[in-house]
Formats: sequence, C-alpha cells, structure tokens
Amino acid sequence: MVFTHRKDLLGLADLSRDDIDTILDTAVPMKDVLTRDIKKVPTLRGKVICTVFYENSTRTRTSFELAGKYLSADTVNLAVSTSSVQKGESLKDTIKTIEAMGTDVMIIRHSMSGTPHYVARNTHMRVINAGDGAHEHPTQALLDMYSIREKKGSLEGLKVAIVGDIEHSRVARSNIIGLSKYGCEIRVVGPATLLPAEIEALGVKKYYDVEEALDGVDVVNVLRLQLERQKKGLFPSISEYSQRFCITHKRLSVAKKDVLVLHPGPMNRGVEIDSRVAESAISVVNEQVTNGVAVRMALLYLMMGGAA
Amino acid sequence: MKLLIKGGRIIDPANNLDMTGDVLIEDGLIKAVAPAITAGDDAEVMDAAGLIVCPGFIDMHVHLREPGFEYKETIATGVRAAAVGGFTTVSCMPNTDPVCDNRAVASFVVEAARREGLVNVHPIGCITKGQQGQEITEMAALVEAGCVGISDDGKPVMNAEVMRRALEYALMFKLPVVSHCEDANLSEGGQMHEGYYSTLYGLKGIPAVAEESMVARDIMLTRMTGSRLHIAHISTRESLELVRKAKESGINVSCEVTPHHLTLTDKELAEYDTDYKVNPPLRSLEHVEALIAGLRDGTIDCLASDHAPHEKEVKDCEFNLAAFGISGLETAVPVVFTHLVATGKVDVNTVVKAWTVGPARVLGLDRGTLTPGKVADITIIDPNESRRVDPQQFYSKGKNNPYKGMNLKGWPYATLVNGRVIAWKGQLV
Amino acid sequence: MRSTLFLHGVDLSYCKGVLRVGLIEKKKIMDETAMRRAITRIAHEVIERNKGVKDLVVVGIRRRGGPLAERLAAKIGEIEGVVIPVGLLDITLYRDDLTALGPQPLVHRTEVGFDINGKKVVLVDDVLYTGRTVRAAMDALTDLGRPRSIQLAVLVDRGHRELPIKADFVGKNVPTSSRETVSVRVQEIDGIDEVVIEEKT
Repeated sequence: MVFTHRKDLLGLADLSRDDIDTILDTAVPMKDVLTRDIKKVPTLRGKVICTVFYENSTRTRTSFELAGKYLSADTVNLAVSTSSVQKGESLKDTIKTIEAMGTDVMIIRHSMSGTPHYVARNTHMRVINAGDGAHEHPTQALLDMYSIREKKGSLEGLKVAIVGDIEHSRVARSNIIGLSKYGCEIRVVGPATLLPAEIEALGVKKYYDVEEALDGVDVVNVLRLQLERQKKGLFPSISEYSQRFCITHKRLSVAKKDVLVLHPGPMNRGVEIDSRVAESAISVVNEQVTNGVAVRMALLYLMMGGAA
Repeated sequence: MKLLIKGGRIIDPANNLDMTGDVLIEDGLIKAVAPAITAGDDAEVMDAAGLIVCPGFIDMHVHLREPGFEYKETIATGVRAAAVGGFTTVSCMPNTDPVCDNRAVASFVVEAARREGLVNVHPIGCITKGQQGQEITEMAALVEAGCVGISDDGKPVMNAEVMRRALEYALMFKLPVVSHCEDANLSEGGQMHEGYYSTLYGLKGIPAVAEESMVARDIMLTRMTGSRLHIAHISTRESLELVRKAKESGINVSCEVTPHHLTLTDKELAEYDTDYKVNPPLRSLEHVEALIAGLRDGTIDCLASDHAPHEKEVKDCEFNLAAFGISGLETAVPVVFTHLVATGKVDVNTVVKAWTVGPARVLGLDRGTLTPGKVADITIIDPNESRRVDPQQFYSKGKNNPYKGMNLKGWPYATLVNGRVIAWKGQLV
Repeated sequence: MRSTLFLHGVDLSYCKGVLRVGLIEKKKIMDETAMRRAITRIAHEVIERNKGVKDLVVVGIRRRGGPLAERLAAKIGEIEGVVIPVGLLDITLYRDDLTALGPQPLVHRTEVGFDINGKKVVLVDDVLYTGRTVRAAMDALTDLGRPRSIQLAVLVDRGHRELPIKADFVGKNVPTSSRETVSVRVQEIDGIDEVVIEEKT
C-alpha cells in the first residue's frame, strides 16, 4: 500500500488507485475508533483544522469536524454567513486570515468550481475540497466507495448507476472518476437537460430510461434533486421528474438481487427516492454517514504526513 | 530626414512582395523599396539582416479602457503596449464609461491618442446608444469624429430588428459593422467552452452555437441589406464555415481571429487559472485546428488581439467571479510567430497580411503597405529573438496574460510610425 | 501552481526506530529452539506471577508481537488446560513520532475481541528498546477499557530505555550498542524463527 503525499486534496482526479486503496484501507481501523466507547486517539494532537463552508452543509461540515476531533485535532468552523465575507472581504484575504491564525488544514466548500484550487495556490495550509460547484466532492465519493466496498467486498468491475441531475452534481463527477479506476461500468441516467455535454467521453453510458439503466446493476447512487433547477426550466415539473426517475422497489426489480442503494443526502423522499427504498435493508444511507467520518479521519491522518 | 533599413526580409503582401532588400524612408514616407538602395551620407542606416520588415501592424480590436476604466488601462499605457507589441495602428472598442456612442467621446479618444503621439488610434463607435441594443447611434457624428467602424463589442445586439437597421444605416457611411456574435441566452452564466472539459471541470459551458447562431443571423441580415459585416473574434468551426459560404456567395463579410483562439484550448483551464478566462472562450482542439486552416486559406481576414486589460482584483479571485479577457497586445506577435509561423502551420506572408492589408481593408485605412509614397509605418520582427513572457514587465496596466512564464520566439524588433522609431527591442524609444 | 510533494509511504510499523536498510547481519542470538524455550519459560512465569490464569488475557503489539502473543497464550493455555483470549493492538495512532516530515505509517486494525475491563493484560512485544512503543500501547489499551493490571512480556530486552518502563517477563537480555539493530523474525511473517543482531553498514 502506498499513499502519494500531496499538499492538497482537490479532487479524485489527482489520486491514483493505490492512493484510494490506502485511504479506504486506513478508514477500516478508523471506523473501529469511532464505533468504540472512547472515540478518540491522540494522533493529530496540536493540529488545527478549519472548515470554511460557503454553502450550507451541516452534514459534511460536522463529519469533517468530528473526524478531526476523533483524531484529537482542534477543529473550528468559520461561519461564513456571519463573518467578514458578508462585508465584502475577498477570498484571498479570508484565506490569509485563517492561515495567520495557525491553521494547518483548511477544508473548503464553495458553490464555484475550482475555488479550492485557487485557495490551494494561495496558502501554505493543506487544503481539502469539501465540494466545489459542479466539479468534485472527493470525500463523498470516497465514502460512497468505502460503503460499496464494505458491502460488496470489492469495487472491481461493478455495475453502478448514478441517477438524477448529473450536470450539476459534483458527487456524480467524483464517483465517475473514482469508480472508473476500478473498471466499474458506470451508467448515468436522468433528464436529457440534466446530463452534461460529452458525458460519455468520461467513459460512462448515458440513459434516459431509468429501467434500462438499472438493468443488472450492483449499485444505484441516487442524487439529490436541487428543486430550484425546475425554476430554471431544466425540467418541467417535480411530479414528472419523480414519475420518470424516482427510485422505487418496482424499478429496482431489474437490478441485481443484492443491489445496494446510496444517497448522499439530504433526501427528497418521494421525489428522487421512495421512502420504502430509503428505509429498506438495501439502502446504506445511514452507514454512509458513519463511513464518511471514518474516511475523512483516514484522509486527515494520511495527509498530515509529508515528504522528508 | 532619411532612414535606410538595410538587408531585411521585406514582406509586403499588398504588393505581393517577399524579398531581401532595403527600404528607404524619407520625411515620414516610404521613398523606395528595392534589393539594394544606395542612400546619401545624410541617411541613417539600420541593419536589418536576419529581420523581417513589414508594413506596420494594425490591431483592429483592442480595449484601451479610457474613459472610465483608467485602472485597467489608459490610452497612454495602451498605446505604449501597442508600440512595443509591434503595432503602428490600433482601433479601440467603444465599451468604455461613458461608452463611445457620441461625438464627444470619440473626439476625446482621438485627441488623447494624438497627444500621446505614438501609434495611430482609430475609435470604433457603438452600434446602439449606451450599448443598450435598442436605438442606433448618430453614425454621421461618429464618422466625423474619426470612428472607422461600429460595434457593441462586449455585448451582442440581441434584437435582430435593431441589427438590421444598424446595418442599413451604416451603409450610408460605408462603415463596417463589427459584430460581437453571442446569443446571450445561450451563453448566460457560462464560464468556458461547453464540451468534454466543461463537463470534467464542472464549469458552466458556453456552447459553440451561441456564437454560430448569431453569425448566421448577421450574415443573413447582411445579405438582405447589402451592408458590410465584420465578425469579431471568430472562435468556432461552424462560424468559419458560415463566413466561408457567405464570402463565396458574394456577401460583404470579413472576420478576425485572436492569437489565443489559434493557440490555446479549453483543456488549459484545468487549474482554473483566470488568465485563461476569455470571451469567446478558448475552444476545443477541433475548433482551433479549423481556425488555423481558416487563417491559412484566407477565410479569416485579420489577426486581432482583443486586448482586454484588467486590474489584478478582478482576476485574482474565484473563477466564476473573474472578468473575461486577456491583455494580449504585447504577446500577440511572438505568440503567432512561435506557435504558427515557426511550426509551419501558417506561412509568414499570410500572418503579415492578416495584420496589415487585412484590417486596413476592413477599416478602410490607407495603410498596411510599403508602397512608395505611403506613410512609413513599419514593423520589424526578429524571428530569432527568444524571450520569456513576464507580464509584470508589460507596458499595459493589464497583467492578465496566459502566456506568462512561457518562452516565445519571434519578437518585434522595431516599430516605426511616420518613419520614426517608437519602440526598439521591447522598449519604448 | 499546486505544490505536490511526492513520496511513497512505506510500512514502517514493524521497525523499531531504524530502517531496515544498509544492515549487515552480525550475530544470531536465538534460534527456533531458543525462542520456543523462552516462550515456554515466560508462560510458566506468567502463571506463577498471577497465581493462575483467572482474568488473564494476552495482547500482542503489531506486528511481531502478534504471533508471539498467540504462542504465549497457547502455551499458557496448554499448561493450564484453558483457552486464553488473545488480542492484537495497533499502536500507530498513538505514536509520538508522527511528523509532517515523513510519510505516515499505515494504520492497521486493533483486534481485541473481548472486554478488557478488570482483566490482567499481558502485553507482548518482540523487542523492548526505548520504551516508546510500550508507552503508546498502554495508551491504546486504556482507551479500550480499564484493565486491572498491565504486565509486559518481551522476547528481547536490548536496553537503551528513554522512558521509565521495565518488562515483567524477558526472553533474553541482550546488551547492544545503538548502532546495532535487533531483528526478531517469526515463522508467520518472515518464514523463520530467529533473533539476529545487525549493524548499520
């Protein structure tokens, strides 16, 4: 096992398959730590992690914060809405301020693609991308891959369907990039208006028909539908969307018997996923949350090493 | 006052000339062009052996930003950038503040440039008042003040009826209508060319058709009105195809291409470097290759930098928030010589033509040739001069240039306006 | 530009402070028989010290403490006719020498499948040197529960302690210089049972 050390994690595109294996392998003992009584190890004592979220996401932010705390790092959150960002401070000044306070790792979520790259160029801190625009959400894909591997034993050659708004989804992109490294057959399915240009050049198959896409798959990753896309005219109505794309047990009947259903949350029940599916044994939605902490612990630990 | 430029490779496409020889300048005019000229003792002699001597380059598409955006560029800094960049004439776009939609602003630009006295500056006036796309401008007044064309550059004229009337009205003054072709609905919110890389990088795409549909519309309107249309910064294969067909059927249309659209692709945005953010966006390889072919076969009439200087703050920020544009006057020549001429993709005569007689014809300027008796505007290129691009050394206020740090070969050696050397080896004289 | 610092991680968890590079074997100090006898003797000492095996559990420190713990527990069980629980401790997350200067050692699972509260834990490692590994192991252990006591058994004590730690049971005391390395090899990992002293070239 190897992990190629780098200052930042900006996307899965930068990681080798070996790197991903190492992260997922390291997440196994990390999951042991967070499921025991004393959920703390002294590993990152004295390190400071700052989460800076320019988009609301209680779940990812909390997951990173807890991952840091379980490793004994000090974690702080820059509350963007109440900070000087609202007073028109430039991102560069915000970065310099966080850096000047002694922060070792900056975890950034931003609505604009590429912002973590910009941050990384402008700081000595390690930068982890917690989701940038429609670009990448590497830790979500890592936790998805961990969850799949835990249940299926291996990622090699699995058939995975990603359902919904691929165009605007960083989760979809990171999953496609990550799973491609394991020879998975990846299918994307959604309304034609929500499938991006030349998506097939990424090595995936494109479907408009959900039953066709689910035929024989091992895994279904259901994306959250951002309801405001409807107002932009990208699909006519939520009811038509759910009639065509909502993941139900009936639709899943064409998938493999042991099909696994993932959702990055938070779910729009009855829109993209049927409640009965979400709550059934084939859904790993709750495990995904636990695994997210373990994977982020693994990543924080591995990234804190450096090169001699 | 006499100056003899000796032993250079003289390229004058207007006269189908490509030979080694001498150019004699007297009192600001071309006196003679011949294989060997003997001048009297009163002539200064410039040794041009190994250099390329051309008519002064014309950049028909620059943004000098003044009035209103003096923190981006001023006419003073812009003409200096042009001079060291090898240009003797520029025409500047009207999207200033206030916009150049009336006699006063046009006169201001002409007068400010005259005070600098370096390169020739010809303003391009607006198509519509306030660049609002609604009412056409007082073109007679603009022409009287010195405008050589009209454009709402930076924005399209979305209303086809307005465009039709502008084309018709411009006909009276033989003014070229320089069209910024972009369907604003199709391009809204776009950050880069729509395609494989926009999908990979997660940036909202600007589809090629946003340009092509407007090129098609404007060509149709030009056919109907019999006017003169010039497509600014053409960037896609289909746009070019439309222009090619229009030319074949006798429609009076011309077009220009920028050095960056000929040499950079959308792939370059991998690091989200805002210096690569430009409108129209850097396209994918097949478009770039088509544009090079279009320059080669003459479908493209002009090279133009679309020099768009910006202050640091609007580029040193999140990609989506960054301004579009490249500060290109000072790298246009070496970029083309390095990536197109030296690589054999485009013949040097074609390049010189697209920078001289091409824009001179579009704008109706009595320049762009070394014909004896004409004004001695001359650009001399050293094809062997190799230098690293350092935007911090630019005369332009805009340091936003994607070629930063690259080694380029083939820089302007000297720029002469009215027979006077104004720039020499990258420095103002 | 993004700064990338490439270095490949290596599994250092089996090393005791010195990388296994540029070493020449100097002397074999234990062979398979000697190792077996040492473990047998330690088994008897553990039973004697604890007056039997009530609440006794054995926990090995990864990696080579693991097989040694298995053997010790089996031997104790054999003598007393019971099954002694064996666990495996990975102390990587408790190390005090993790720095930003080198790649992180890989983390493995801690596998202690029983409750250690109130237990007498015999901690097993191959070599006792500075004492830092044992310090880390005690921290790791107490994060799993509150044992009644922790005792330490090692196959080799080579001296040079940097912390106030002492083994309760020692297979062999080996005086060494700090230039030397003591390598314990076990069948399960290395394909051979032996202890050798090596010296840096």
